[in-house]
Formats: sequence, C-alpha cells, structure tokens
Amino acid sequence: MKAAAFAYARAASVANALELLTAHGEGAKVLSGGQSLLPAMNLRLLSPELIIDIGELDELRGIAVNEGIITIGALTRHADLLKSPEIAAHAPLLTAAVAHVAHPAIRNRGTIGGSLAHADPASELPACMLTLAASMIARGPKGERRIAANEFFAGIYETALAPQELLVAVELPVPPKNSTHFFHEFARRHGDYAIVGLAAQAFVRDEQFADLRLGFFAVGDRPLLAMSARKLVDVAVTPKVLSEASSALDDELAPLEDQQATPAMRRHLARVLLARCVSSLLGRADLGTGASP
Amino acid sequence: MTAVAISLVVNGERVDADVLPRLNLADFLREHLKLTGTHVGCEHGVCGACTVRVNGDIVRSCLMFAVQTHNATVETIEGISDSGEVSDLQSAFRERNALQCGFCTPGMLMAAQDLLKQSPCPDREQIREHLSGNYCRCTGYQAIVDAIETTARARTGRLP
Repeated sequence: MKAAAFAYARAASVANALELLTAHGEGAKVLSGGQSLLPAMNLRLLSPELIIDIGELDELRGIAVNEGIITIGALTRHADLLKSPEIAAHAPLLTAAVAHVAHPAIRNRGTIGGSLAHADPASELPACMLTLAASMIARGPKGERRIAANEFFAGIYETALAPQELLVAVELPVPPKNSTHFFHEFARRHGDYAIVGLAAQAFVRDEQFADLRLGFFAVGDRPLLAMSARKLVDVAVTPKVLSEASSALDDELAPLEDQQATPAMRRHLARVLLARCVSSLLGRADLGTGASP
Repeated sequence: MTAVAISLVVNGERVDADVLPRLNLADFLREHLKLTGTHVGCEHGVCGACTVRVNGDIVRSCLMFAVQTHNATVETIEGISDSGEVSDLQSAFRERNALQCGFCTPGMLMAAQDLLKQSPCPDREQIREHLSGNYCRCTGYQAIVDAIETTARARTGRLP
C-alpha cells in the first residue's frame, strides 16, 4: 500500500525541528532514515498529519570517543556504525549487533536514533543500549535531558520521549579493557526481526564472571536487562548454577505470541541463548547444552 | 496537501519536479519518469525489488519519499545498464539461468553490483548475506549466487 497524505516540513536546524514539534506535537512524526516509519505508513499503521524531515541535519551525525564516553549522533546510519573503527575498537558488541539489523540497503538509510525512538521490542539496538548502559540525550523546549536506557523503553513502540522532544544522540560508557561480548539472535532469514536475541557484555576474571550484563530482545513488550545474570557473577558456574539462572530468567520473561513464535518457543530459545552465551564467554563447552529445564 | 519542488539527478540527467509528499521514490521513478525497471513488490522494505542507488548507496526506493531525494543523485537499473556497468553481471545471469520471470532481477543486479564494488572477491556466504534482503520466487538462489561468483572471478582475472 501507499502512505496516506501528510504535510511535509524539512527541518533546517535542530531548533527549527523543535519549533515544529512544539507546534504540532502528537500530530507530527519525525523522519530520520524512515526505515521503520515508512513501512508503518505504507501499511497505514501510522498516518501522521505532519512529517518533520530531519535528514539534512548533519550536526546530528557522527561518532566521537572522549574520556571514556562514546557519543553517537542520532542520525548516524547503521552502515556507518558497522564500518566505524571507533565502534569496532570500543564497543564491538554494537558492531556485531548492527550486522544483524536488516539488510545492506536498509542499513544505508536507517539510523540509530530512528531505531531507538521507534522502540520495536524485537530490534537489536535497544537491547544493546541496555546492555551497554547507554543514556539517550533528548532535546526539547526546556533544554536537554539524559534518559537512562532502562527508563527509556516503555513498551511496544513506546519510549520516555515527550511528543515535543527530539532524540539527538546516545552516550555509551566505553566498556572496561579486556571485557568480552556475545551477540546472537534467532531469525527466519538473516536480517529479519529476531524471534529471540541476546546482546551480552561481560568481564571474566579467573574463569568467573566479575560482571555480566544480558540484554534480551523479542522476549516481551520491551528489551530486558536480565537480573538473573546476577546469579552467575562471582561464582564458579556449574551446570546446576546455570540451570538456576535459567529458571530465574524464565520468571523474568513475558514473551508475546505472534506469527513467528509462541511464548513457549521464545522461552525455550531465550534459555538456549543464555546457555550458549555463558558457555562461549567462559570458554566452557560443557555448559552449552544447559538449556533444558 | 501541497506539492513540494524537488531537484535531483537521475541517471546523469537533471530532473526538476513538483511532487506530493506521500509519493515514494519508486512510484516517482516509475510513474513520473517512466523508469519502470525499478519494480514495486511488497512496499514495506522486505522484498528488495525496488532497490536503487541514492548518492552511491543502495536503498529501498519504496522506503524513501521522493521529497527526500532533493539534491540527491539517483541511479536506477536503466542507468547502470545503459552505462555498461553491469553488462558482465547481466550476461552471467542470462548464461546461468539466474532469472526466470525477471521481476526480482533489477534489484538483484543492484545488490550484487554493490557487493562487488565493496568486496571484489566475496565467498558464497558473503554473497548470500548481501542478497539476504532480495527475494526471488522463481529460481531459488543457487543460480544467482553462481552468476555473481562467476562475475567476481572474471573481474578479478580468476577465471578457470
């Protein structure tokens, strides 16, 4: 199908975009790369009265690393993240994740800000933001504020952004040196939305986790930073310990049913991912089969 | 809803037009410029039949509004066919029977040429990954991957 009619405004600056958002608020939608917005409009799931195109605001593009903080402009495209040597060096989890975001032609247009503001619970980057303890920088009529990733995602396609606010950048603390990561997702076809996925960051010392952050996606109405990871930190992980963590994870999940999978299948796959992740990060092949309840 | 003036370059020619904001790039190319080699399949970014190049990068023309191409350079299958840029790929597709109905072929050629520009000697897995966003419902993908692999070999002088 085709998008319904709308009025179009090309923002000349961030200030101009904010003026338009203040004037039109709920009736307006911000267009960055459009790779989630346009499908939704073409399918008539969304019919905004006004589109505010921020695509030409170059000030919102780019990646900078300063004093242990990676700042990524909202308009930075997935293709830019994938090719960025800074991201590969300082947040390789993100490089691994972005390779799974849709297909090359979509990564050439889609932006990190668009993906986060869209907040699809099955998409990769929101979960990575939780895992990497990112802050979202939102600018509105009253100035700028930082929103922690765990407060940003509020439900299916819902975020803590007010209708008058624009997501301008994200900030990630650079993970400590020698920390490791794991990324995997199950999807029907490479690049499709995940059935279940896991973005993990860890610090392993003396064959134990000194830190473990597990960001699951497509396991509920928003990405989940699993608290059950705590059961695996500062202990010798045995099959029994992993099995307990796996049960605790199960209690945290609230998977939805859709045409791709039942909740039971998603629960199973989340436990499979947990076992593979722990096995891979600890270099313990014996733990990789610990998925069964 | 009022029309918006845009000015862009399509296949090397300057185009000025007034378009409604809701018009997507695929429909602009097909209906306004009569460049019907760009195909419209799913209209939500899944099938890849509408793949074109904007400022040198492949994109889904069903997922861009024409108004977003103001000041941009757009290349379609007509442009890269006429320039001879993909003539070897097209021959390889024909020789290997890598098309049947031909609906997906313009998008396949766009995606394949994009891959070969970035990585001249891709392995079959890389070819499959780069084409993962392009559906073919006739031939399956084996012959398409073969044709791209053969072209890559020929271009880098590695033909048997």
